[in-house]
Amino acid sequence: MSLYRDDGVVLRTQKLGEADRIVTVLTRNYGRVRAVGKGVRRTSSKFGARLEPFSHVDVQFYTGRSLDIVTQVESLDAYGGSIAGDYGRYTAGTAMLETAERLTDVEKEPAVQQYLLLVGGLRALAAGDHAAGAVLDAYLLRSLAVAGYAASFGDCTRCGAPGPHRWFSVESGGSVCRDDRPPGSATINEESLRVLSALLTGDWEIVDGADPRFLRESTGVVAAYAQWHLERGLRSLRLVDRA
Amino acid sequence: MYEGIVQDLIDELGRLPGVGPKSAQRIAFHLLAAEPSDVLRLAEILREVKAKVRFCRICGNVAESEECRVCLDTRRDLTVICVVEEPKDVVAVERTREFRGRYHVLGGAISPIEGIGPDDLRVKELMTRLADGTVTELILATDPNLEGEATATYLARLVKPMGLTVSRLASGLPVGGDLEYADEITLGRAFEGRRSLEV
Ligand SMILES: [Zn+2]
Repeated sequence: MSLYRDDGVVLRTQKLGEADRIVTVLTRNYGRVRAVGKGVRRTSSKFGARLEPFSHVDVQFYTGRSLDIVTQVESLDAYGGSIAGDYGRYTAGTAMLETAERLTDVEKEPAVQQYLLLVGGLRALAAGDHAAGAVLDAYLLRSLAVAGYAASFGDCTRCGAPGPHRWFSVESGGSVCRDDRPPGSATINEESLRVLSALLTGDWEIVDGADPRFLRESTGVVAAYAQWHLERGLRSLRLVDRA
Repeated sequence: MYEGIVQDLIDELGRLPGVGPKSAQRIAFHLLAAEPSDVLRLAEILREVKAKVRFCRICGNVAESEECRVCLDTRRDLTVICVVEEPKDVVAVERTREFRGRYHVLGGAISPIEGIGPDDLRVKELMTRLADGTVTELILATDPNLEGEATATYLARLVKPMGLTVSRLASGLPVGGDLEYADEITLGRAFEGRRSLEV
């Protein structure tokens, strides 16, 4: 595999030397790849504009000794422009990119579901059909579910007693009944549980029409849930602008 | 690994931006082979620059006194501020000789993935400068990349209630190039930012 080509989303870029960048790309078939974009910081570079975070690209890599090298890039969707032009979208989107990077912690391990979720999430974010914060919350719940941390907003996660329940425990993975609730469980409104379920299943009619009070409570639950399951937490989550 | 202070030197050099382990080793051996007077001159200038140079209390640019050369210049237009990310961007804009106002150096761009938010930049200082109403125009000259755009978006929203004239540097085609070689993103920006021709 000296040359390989795939679709991918640029998650992160870091400066390297005078004019290069290391780009981290979540690809459809090869999982997360770190590669060098040579000369991309020069204004004359043909690649530079296409290798920005949020870019959905068709990219060709050359397998290098330590890092792979980007040899060709074509733009599929440039979500960056519409995302950077709205601060709420930018901060929500960055939290999505950081999550995708953290949930694919082994390089080149295929993660096609994570890739598809991210592309779908960024497309929704760029289109602006729903509140940026809600797109982020839905993405967090779903990407964590794909990674094996599916939250339950119905039956008790301990005994299976049918919900809805008034208590929620991040450590237990979701709703808990009165008898099983561990110390420190939070109480949660039934309407917020409905919003959380809708975020997880993609029932946007419920999410878009929800009372801001319950959206805020849901966001708090999602944030606590994500921070608990992603060790070391997400740096970008506290900077998400939900104004 | 080398012994003691030679390795220490390589390690220190390797912490500089853009210097990898190989380059650090090359620079270290260059210094070891160089004339002692040349190396001492470098050491002296490093010491001097750290002792003398600080950041302008008004704009955050590098300065050799309380205020930088631009802020001390009484001929500069006090009603316009050009916002840039780094002191080196001040140098770049000064080279154009197009701008006669003052600057505001943010100290970087908003980058949530690196944990850098507005509070980590000199945003509060900018708002303080705008408070007395002297400044009527703000030019956002952050880098034409994603983080620079997002930082400009944030600042434009923040100052909106103040009713200033806010502009963003045009993104467009490199002068002297052929249109067909432009990538679609840059060309798209150039279309968005096109201006009318008065004939
Ligand atoms: Zn100054």
